[in-house]
Amino acid sequence: MKIVLKYYTFLFWLMISAISFAQEVEVCNSCTFSSLAEAISEVDKGARIYLKKGIYKEYDVLIDKPVQILAEKGAVLDAQGKGYGLIISADSVRISGITIRNIGKSYTKDFAAIYISRSKHFTVENAVLEKVFFGILVEKSHHGQISNNHISSEGIEEAGSGNGVHMWHSSNVVVEKNELHNLRDGIYFEFVKNSKVINNKSHDNIRYGLHFMFSNQNEYHYNTFTHNGAGVAVMFSKFITMTHNSFKENWGAASYGLLLKEIYDARIEYNRIEQNTVGINAEGSTRISYKNNNFISNGWAVKISGACYTNIFERNNFLYNSFDVSYNSNLNDNSFNNNYWSAYTGYDLDKNGIGDVPHRPVKLFSYVVNRTPETIVLLRSLFVDIINFSEKVSPVFTPDNLMDDSPLMKKIK
Amino acid sequence: MLKILKYSFFDLMRSRWSYIYFLFYLALGFVLLFLNNDVSKAVITLMNIIVVLTPLIGTVFGIMYYYNSREFTELLLAQPLKRSTIFLGQYTGLSLSLSLSLVLGLGIPFLMYGILESAAIWNFASLLLTGAFLTFIFVALAYNIALSNENKIKGFGYAVLLWLFLAVIYDGLFLISLIVFEEYPLDKFSLAATVFNPIDLSRILILLKLDISALLGYTGASFKKFFGTGLGMFISFSALMLWVILPAWRIVVKARKKDF
Repeated sequence: MKIVLKYYTFLFWLMISAISFAQEVEVCNSCTFSSLAEAISEVDKGARIYLKKGIYKEYDVLIDKPVQILAEKGAVLDAQGKGYGLIISADSVRISGITIRNIGKSYTKDFAAIYISRSKHFTVENAVLEKVFFGILVEKSHHGQISNNHISSEGIEEAGSGNGVHMWHSSNVVVEKNELHNLRDGIYFEFVKNSKVINNKSHDNIRYGLHFMFSNQNEYHYNTFTHNGAGVAVMFSKFITMTHNSFKENWGAASYGLLLKEIYDARIEYNRIEQNTVGINAEGSTRISYKNNNFISNGWAVKISGACYTNIFERNNFLYNSFDVSYNSNLNDNSFNNNYWSAYTGYDLDKNGIGDVPHRPVKLFSYVVNRTPETIVLLRSLFVDIINFSEKVSPVFTPDNLMDDSPLMKKIK
Repeated sequence: MLKILKYSFFDLMRSRWSYIYFLFYLALGFVLLFLNNDVSKAVITLMNIIVVLTPLIGTVFGIMYYYNSREFTELLLAQPLKRSTIFLGQYTGLSLSLSLSLVLGLGIPFLMYGILESAAIWNFASLLLTGAFLTFIFVALAYNIALSNENKIKGFGYAVLLWLFLAVIYDGLFLISLIVFEEYPLDKFSLAATVFNPIDLSRILILLKLDISALLGYTGASFKKFFGTGLGMFISFSALMLWVILPAWRIVVKARKKDF
């Protein structure tokens, strides 16, 4: 027993010493190392570098060995508009608390505040990245964590600005609790797999708050996307799960809460889609389940443009949208069941909570507006109500099988 | 003028029809809220009613009041009073009492259902304001028709026709012309065409609050300017003001020259 105990104590001390023997260096204006680049080139693998308060005018700082950079509050790396901030090309690098400013702008190179290339197990946390071109650019890297960062820029036009978190050919990365604004795309994924985007706030970006291209098996939850130029776009991707997000106030002619293009087998659940010009714009998207979403006060809650098959809309709330559902053809292969429609005018005589008359969510006027957009000024006029009513009674232009057979009488809480 | 206004106003306040009108809106407000159980939804339903019904009632009341109080008007004309004072006094008295019925009749139920705590308060306020505007406009138009027509039946017919034209037919013609000329740039035309119809104008004012996200879906630059900035609000309000001032001015002119 005693021997075992001794053995454990020995092991314990060994562990403690192993941890404490990790090399620790400080970087400050009056320390041995006054520049971060110098410190990194001198330290061993696994070292901890404490970056003290102060402004460090450095750029293209290469991190080619596994180190941890722990910055104090007020430790600022100023790239003076010349190039990258940090370039990470080693595994197991951790960056924490750093402020990086003034990243160079270029039309040929993707300058980023933190550029991570071919790295595994990287962590970037609590960083403040200001006036960046790209914020965090990740390529061919796996198993990373990007959390609690604040990334912002002063983007004015699409071509001259970069993305907040840009990932390319990567997998198993978690992007969590970041705030991203005034960039081109808040978060951009291309050829990314098995990654998660959770609890981020992406707002006032020039293009999309979140943008997926060719990225399968990803999920995003509890994010908020507001005031983005065109909302959120998910394109050419499969098996994406989107739940508990809120899409708000994306206004404009080509603005969507959520734009779906060529996506298959996705789940869109428990989202709140509020006051967008178009809540969800679906184009060529198939086998998608829309459940328990709230569509509130949008111009068009759901706009289905074509080639959308076997989508299921169930238990959603459609509240006070100018148009609930709009189609541009009279074919329909999607099913609507058990939704609550604030525009529903039927009754429930048997009191089972389900309306006795089916609801037709597509109004004739939405076709007219599709054809001649200027007619939108006649929205909600008496004449328009009359033609909508006559179409409802005998559908000619709208798909006649497009209806909710069991509309709910009460809003789903 | 104030005296005549006061007289008309209190005369109407004592009249059965004002009460019926008031009670109608009161019942409407309560029923809407009772059936919907949701202030935001009730506001949307209410919009259709206000935009269609207040003009109708304004027109009918206006024309009826003129023909009914004709003898009293003639009595007043015999007094040393300016004609403009008499008619403007009657006109404002009538419009005020109708607007009051509207505002109180709808205001009371919505206040009781807690509109003050709801986010829809501004939508509701703008709804009542446009309702009041519509009352003033259509009473003025009805007075114009009544002054120009001695024949009661004819006057009544013209007034109802005017309402029907502005409430339904105008929009139908408007829609058809937009579809027929869809190949031409129509954004300026469509904005201009709304200005010539007070009902469309007030509808646009309410849409600016309720459906702004849909209105911004169209690409035209003049649309964007009109709906996206305060400009639309400003123009529609000034146009509504003009719609009150011009017919009221014509009442004065017409009344001055009319041979009673």
